[in-house]
Order: sequence, then structure tokens, then C-alpha cells
Amino acid sequence: MAELVSMRKAYGEALVQLGERYPEVVALSADVSNSDFSYMFQEKYPERFYNVGIAEQALVDVAAGLAYSGKIPFANTFAFLFATRALEMVRTHLCYGRANVKLMGAYAGISDSFDGPTHHSISDIAIMRSLPNMTIVVPSDAVAVARLLPQVAEWCGPVYFRMNRNEVPTLFDEHYAPQIGKAVVVRPGKDVTLIACGLMLSRSLEAAAILEKHGLDARVVEMHTIKPIDQDAIELAARETGALVTVEEHTILGGLGAAVCEVVAERYPVPVRRVGLPDCFAETGPYDKILERYGMSVEHIVSAARAAVEMKR
Amino acid sequence: MHYHSEALIRDLSAKAQSFRIQVLKMIFSVQTGHLGGAFSASEILTCLFFHHMKIDPQKPEWPERDRLLFSKGHACAMLYTAMANRGYFPVEELMTFRTFNSRLQGHPDRLKLPGIEMPAGPLGHGIAVGAGMALAARLGTGKPSSASAPSAQASKSRIYVIIGDGETNAGVIWEGAMTAAKYRLGNLTVILDYNGIQQTGATADVMPTEPIADKWQAFGWHVQEVDGHNVGEILNALDRADEVHARPSIIIARTTKGKGVSFMEYDHRWHGMAPNQKQYDQALNELEEGLKLWQN
Repeated sequence: MAELVSMRKAYGEALVQLGERYPEVVALSADVSNSDFSYMFQEKYPERFYNVGIAEQALVDVAAGLAYSGKIPFANTFAFLFATRALEMVRTHLCYGRANVKLMGAYAGISDSFDGPTHHSISDIAIMRSLPNMTIVVPSDAVAVARLLPQVAEWCGPVYFRMNRNEVPTLFDEHYAPQIGKAVVVRPGKDVTLIACGLMLSRSLEAAAILEKHGLDARVVEMHTIKPIDQDAIELAARETGALVTVEEHTILGGLGAAVCEVVAERYPVPVRRVGLPDCFAETGPYDKILERYGMSVEHIVSAARAAVEMKR
Repeated sequence: MHYHSEALIRDLSAKAQSFRIQVLKMIFSVQTGHLGGAFSASEILTCLFFHHMKIDPQKPEWPERDRLLFSKGHACAMLYTAMANRGYFPVEELMTFRTFNSRLQGHPDRLKLPGIEMPAGPLGHGIAVGAGMALAARLGTGKPSSASAPSAQASKSRIYVIIGDGETNAGVIWEGAMTAAKYRLGNLTVILDYNGIQQTGATADVMPTEPIADKWQAFGWHVQEVDGHNVGEILNALDRADEVHARPSIIIARTTKGKGVSFMEYDHRWHGMAPNQKQYDQALNELEEGLKLWQN
């Protein structure tokens, strides 16, 4: 079992480093800085940190004002609040106005499991993906956070960065060199391709090991950038393996699965199965148990892969 | 506080009235737009663009400029008119308002038209976005550190925000108000175009806002009240607001929606209606008569 490392701690450390490198980087939080770990930036750079209180609409608007004046604001709060409570601010200023704000979505997916469905973020990718000019990045482990965050700072335009609350398995080492917009082939394979993001990448790798025992050679692709999505990598996987499975900690409507289906339908139609939360709210409970009960276990990925391969014939 | 000569006041008042005529022509020509709230904001915009703000229309990106956030974006016909006459773009371009391919979008677009500081239309954004700009000005462009206090490098630029009174129904207005007070943003001045009317009726009926001055005082703001069509009062209040430190300022400008046209004043139906030929002729006549008062 891979070592478990906190994604949010890696985020806090990476943010402090950005503060050192870029004087124009500022950070904001809606009074959850000890949850989202932006408190680490606050301790180092108090004059560049703003707590706007429990006011997510102001969080995004104040960040937009800072961005319009040339700063690079990192706005922090729970992922679902950016995508729902503050959505109009995101659309009007970040997307239409091109305010260079980086939205740091904490506690995404089901990871805030015990706080229940009010706090689960299951529609954020779908919502953000529909907005022109938005870029969506989903790191898969703590190493990915550290590697991708500097690119987020340098990226021209708004970014939605979606992170997990919990300690997650470390998948990557110092050789991992992701680029925003480019998929990463984590495991080669020829029979089926598992395209995953976030925590579900580690589960997809587990599934690939099981599939190997069943005689299926599964490719695993990390799609850390959901928008703009790497269309060439998807088409290549479709051509070379003939069947795809998308794996995400998100509703199966409108997220990574939908993005992949759109590309496949237009460029190289092959069977696709989507693993994710069905069209429902989950419930309060242990993280792993919820993922198992709501369609996101390793076994669900294995079944989906076998079904997709079956459909090839 | 500066001395404002009678000549200056007459000149700005005449400009404000002439801008109403231009706005009427724009909206009549394209048969879409918002007259009432444009007419109520004319003197406020004129005082800011033609006297008070430190701006250079030839350099709309000048980092040290003062910034105007026109939060009540639906009334942008007046914003465009003030900007064109100030030299941001050719006055002839005003007649492209709300037409295809125009830089003068139905609501302001900062990427299309230089000088627009933020997109506006969905109401309520101005104060919170303005607070962000005021914080950025305080940080300045330097690298703050314990060795050099941020204030040493702070920009002198000030942030001005024009909001409507119907707009104060929106919760984010008050989120922004609390943020600006918490961070003691003395470089932020809000002008409330308090015309008393919103889309479906009187503000007092739709969503009562009184006691408005008490509300802002309770939120920690420096509050002034002026006649929003009296140029001298507006100029004095803007000067006074600049002198307030460690608190954001609001100028409650009592205005008349549809100001200058008898049948539009106080009538909520003129929030977003375009005049027909007969109405246009009468409105033009009344506005031109009003202009003569300042020109004689």
C-alpha cells in the first residue's frame, strides 16, 4: 500500500513557496483557513492574506478586484461553495471578465464524508466545465499538488483547482512532470483504458492490477486537466485500446466522463463506461464506505472495464 | 476641501444635462436600454470623470489611475457617454450602443472597451470588487516584507464605486461593506445613486431600505448625504471622502429616476423602456430647455 500523505498540507506548503517567489500572489479564505490550509500562507505573509468571513460571494468578488489590479489571488474555500454559492461571481468576473483568480476548491468530491451531502462536492466539475475561459485541474496526490500549483500560478486566466480533504496514497515520485492540458499515461496497456482524476487514480491502478489477473491489459491515464481536456490522448486511447472507462469522484453527469464521451463521440467512437456517483446525493459516513456504496469502489472500476471490453465485440 | 467656482459648477451641470440628450438619442435609435437610472446618475458620473478622478483617457491602463466601478451596469448608456466625451473613444461610436459588433455591449465589457474596470449587470458586485482593488492599491506593486511596511509602497490611486439603491437588496453588497470596513479601506468611496425606484416600483415598496444612512453608519462607514443633481454638493462630498482615513466612505446621493423628463421622473416603467417618436420629441424638447438654464 502506498504511503498516505495529506493533499491539503502539500497545498499549504506549495502556496507558501509561491508567496516567496511571486510578490503579486495573495491568498483569501472564507473563514476556513484551518480546513483549507491557507493558514500556512497567512502565518508567513499576513499582509497578503485576507479573511472575508463566511461570505463566499465576497470572497470571489474581492479576489476579482485584486486580480483586476494585477495581483494573483488564490481564493480558498470548500469546493461546493465556489461552484454553487459563488457561481455568478465566478462566471461574471473570472470567466467573462477574465479576472486571473485561482479558485482552490477544498474538501472536493465525497472527501468531507462525515459532514454529509450538504458538504459533498459532486457537481463542481460539471458546473465549472460549462463556463467559457475556465480551466479545471484535479491533482491526484500530494506530489501532483506540488508540481501543478506553480503552473496554476503561471497559467494565464482563472483556474479551478480541485483538492481532496484527506490523506491520499502517494502515486508519483520526483520524475513526475505533469503539464496543464496534457494527460499522463501512468500505466501502459492495450485492452482497455481507465481515464481517472483525483483520488480515483489510485483506485484505477488497483483495478488495473486486478484486471491483469483476469487477463486484461489495462492502460491507466491520469487526466489531471479536465478543461482544456487532452483530446489527442483520449483519441489515441480509443484507437489503441478500443474501450474506455472514466473514473471520477463526481456525479457521472457532466464531469470527466461526459468530457471524454464528447471527444470519443466526435473523433473515434468506442464503448465508454462511466464510474462515478450515480445521479443522486450520497450520505454521511466513512469515506471508503461511501465510495463503495455509491459506485466508486475498485470492484466497480473492474466491472466497468470488463463491461466496456465486452461491448467491443 | 477645494474651492469650486461657479463657472466650474455651471460647466459640469451643462455637461451632465447634455449627456442626458445623448443618452436619449442612443436609446431611441436602438430602441433598447435603460433611461431612468442613466438620467439619475448623470451629475455623479460627470463630477467623477470631468473633475474629480485622476485619470488619463489616453492611458486607460495607467497603474496609478483612479478606478471607477459602475456597479449599476444597466445604466451604462450614461457611463459610455461620459467616457466618450472625456476622450476614451470617439463620441460618434456612442450610436453603436447595443448593436452587433459594437464595443458598447448591452452591459459593460472590460475586455472590449478600454477604460471599463469590471463587467457589470448582475447587480451587487461593485463594493466587494472595489474592496479588492482598494486592498491591491494598499499593497502597491512592491514586495511587502517586515522590513518595508506595505504602506510605504502603497498606490495613491483611489477606488470609486457607483451603486444603485435597488442594488442594495443584494446580500453581497453588505458582505462587501463589512469587508471594506474590516480592512479600513479609506481609499474606497461609494456613491449611492438613491433614486428611490427600481424595476417594478418604488424601492420603499419593493424592499424598503430606510433608514439608509443609519445602516451604513452601523456598518462602520463614513456617511454623507447630498442632492445627487447638485454638482457643488457632489464635488464637496467627494473631496471630503478623500480626506477620510481608516474608513470607507459612502455618499448617499438623493436623485430622481428619469431626471429632466417630466413624464419619466418617478415612473418605474422608464427603468428599461425605450421611447416612441412622440415621447422622444417631448423628452428631447424638455432636456434641451433644461440645458439652456445652464448655458445662459
